[in-house]
Amino acid sequence: MSEAVVTLRNVVKRYTRGKQSVEVLQGLNLDIAAGEFVALMGPSGSGKTTLLNLIGGLDTATSGEISVAGQRLDQLNSGGLARWRANHVGFVFQFYNLMPMLSAQRNVELPLLLTKLSAAQRRANALAALTLVGIADRAKHKPNELSGGQAQRVAIARALVADPTLLVCDEPTGDLDRKSADDVLHLLQVLNREHGKSVVMVTHDPKAAEFASRQLHMDKGALLESGTLAA
Amino acid sequence: MKYLPLIWATLWRKKTRTIFTLLSIVIAFLLFGVLETVDYAFSHPSGGVSGADKLITINKYSITLALPFSDTQQIRSVPGVAEVTWITWFGGYYQEPKNFVFALPIDTDTYFNLHKDEFIVSDAEMQAFRNTRTGALVNVALMKTFGWKVGDKVPLHSTIWTQKSNGSLEWSFDIVGTFDAKDPTQASQQASSLLFHYEMFEEGRSFGKGSVGWFEDRVSDPSQSLEVAQRIDALFANSSNETKTQPAKDFTMAFIKQLGDIGFILRAILGAVFFTLLFLTGNTMMQSVRERIPELAVLKTLGFSDGKVLLLVIAESLLLCVTAAVIGLALSYGALPIIKRGLQGVELLPSALLPGFAVAVILALIVGAPPALRAMRLNIVDALADKH
Repeated sequence: MSEAVVTLRNVVKRYTRGKQSVEVLQGLNLDIAAGEFVALMGPSGSGKTTLLNLIGGLDTATSGEISVAGQRLDQLNSGGLARWRANHVGFVFQFYNLMPMLSAQRNVELPLLLTKLSAAQRRANALAALTLVGIADRAKHKPNELSGGQAQRVAIARALVADPTLLVCDEPTGDLDRKSADDVLHLLQVLNREHGKSVVMVTHDPKAAEFASRQLHMDKGALLESGTLAA
Repeated sequence: MKYLPLIWATLWRKKTRTIFTLLSIVIAFLLFGVLETVDYAFSHPSGGVSGADKLITINKYSITLALPFSDTQQIRSVPGVAEVTWITWFGGYYQEPKNFVFALPIDTDTYFNLHKDEFIVSDAEMQAFRNTRTGALVNVALMKTFGWKVGDKVPLHSTIWTQKSNGSLEWSFDIVGTFDAKDPTQASQQASSLLFHYEMFEEGRSFGKGSVGWFEDRVSDPSQSLEVAQRIDALFANSSNETKTQPAKDFTMAFIKQLGDIGFILRAILGAVFFTLLFLTGNTMMQSVRERIPELAVLKTLGFSDGKVLLLVIAESLLLCVTAAVIGLALSYGALPIIKRGLQGVELLPSALLPGFAVAVILALIVGAPPALRAMRLNIVDALADKH
C-alpha cells in the first residue's frame, strides 16, 4: 500500500449558527493513499463537501488531526494554509469558477503568479497544461466562449499547472451533459492512472463514482466505506 | 507588474461602469488642476510691479478712488523716495471685450526711470515714442496676438474714459515700437501691455482731469521700504485724500483679495467635488468587490493570501484613480493657455499641478480600503457557497 497522502484522525467539525451548534463531522478517521482516485458520495448535508474543504485546506477542523501531503493542516494559520494550497492542491469546482474577464490561458496562469517563474515560463506551462487536457486550441478564448465541458477542462488545467500533489474536485460534472461529463471523468482518470495524481472527488452521480478506484459514503457526518474498485 | 494583466482585466470587467467612473474622476482632476493652478498663482503672485524697491500709493479707502496729481511733488519730497510716477487705469480692449489690453497711460521719463532695466526697447523706437503724441509702445507678445505691426493705427475701447472731443470711448493709437521684458520671468506679466502718453490721455479725457489712479514709487534703500511707506502716508494723514502705501507685492495680493478670498472659494469648490467623488468612486469599488466575491474566493483557493487579495483590490483602486488623475491633470495643463488669456498678468505655473498626483493616491487609498478589507476578510467556504 502506498504511503498515505491524506490522513485524518478523529476529525470533528462543528458550526455555530447563533445559539445552535451543528456537528457536521463526527470524529472522522480516514487514510487516502498516494495515487488513489477516491469518490466521496452521500446525501445532501452528509458532510462530504465539508470533508473536502478540510482536505483541501479551505477550512479548519474544530478538533482532530489532518495531514495532507506530509503537512499537518491543523497546525497552519491562514497564511500558511494559503501557501500550502498554492504548492500542494489543485481545485476543480462544479461551476468551474473561471475568471470571466481572462482568457483560458490567463486563467490557467493564475496559480503561477504566486511562483517566481518568468512571464514566458508561465505562458509555456499554462499552454502545456491546456495541451494535457486537450484544449490548447482554445487558449485565447474567454470562458463565455467555451462550452461547459471545455470550461471544466480549463479549470482542470488550472488545477494541474502548479503540479499539485492532490486534486480536489467538488461535483466536477454536476453542470455538464453526459458526454462532457464522461470526457472530464476520463481525463481525471488519465491524470490519476498515467500521471500519478491523487484525486478526491465529491459526487452525487453513481456513474461518475465508477471512474474512481475507491468509493466512500458519508451519512450524517460519518464515513462508510463501500469498497475499493478494481483498477 | 506580473499582476497588472489581472488587475487591468478586473478593472474593465464592467466597461460602461468603469468608463463613467473614470470620466467622473478625470473631470474632478481637470477641475482640480485648473483651480489649483489659479489659486497658486493668486497666492504666490510674482508682483505686478517687480522689485523689492517699489511701493504703490493708492487712495486709502479704495483703489477706485483717484488721487490728485499734485501729490506727486509731495511724495517725491519724502526722504527715501528716489522716483515717482503716476498711472491711471484705462480699462481697454481691442474690438471685443474678451480682447483685454493692459493699456497704461504713462509719463515717459518717470515711468522708464522707475522701471529702468525692466524693458528692452530700441533707442530708435523709444525716440519715436517720445516724438509721437499718439504713439504707443506695445509688448511683442501682444503684437503677435493681434497681428499688429509697427506703423499700424489701432483703436482701443476704454470701459471708463470718454473722449472730451466726441464723447466716444474709442481711443486711437499709432504703434511706433515694441518692447519686451528683460527678465523672462516677468514676460507673462507684461504680455498684454500697451504704453501710451499720459499727456494725450489727460488732454483727451472728458472727466477726472488732474487726478491719477495711483502712484508708483521707487525707494533708494529697499530695506527702508516700510518706513518710507509710512512717511508717505503720514504726509497725507487727515487730508481729504489720505493714502495707503505698501510694497508692490503686497499691493498685488490686496488687489486680488478684492475679488474675495480666492483660496477659500476654490478650496470650497474642490472640497465639494472630491467629497462627492469619494462616495461615488467608493460605492463603485464596493459594488465591484461585492460582485466578485466568488472570484476573490477562488483566488484564495489558488493560494492567494489574505494580504495579497487586499493589495490586489488596492492596486485596482490606484490604477483607476491615478490613470484618471493623469488624464485630468494633462487636460488641465493643456487648458492653461486658454485660462491665461482670461487672467491677464497672472502667472500660471504647471508645477501647481503636482500635488494632484498625491491627491489621486490618497483618494485611491481611501476608496479602496473598505472593499479591500472586505476582500481580505472573505471566508472562502462561505463565499463559494453563496455563489450557488
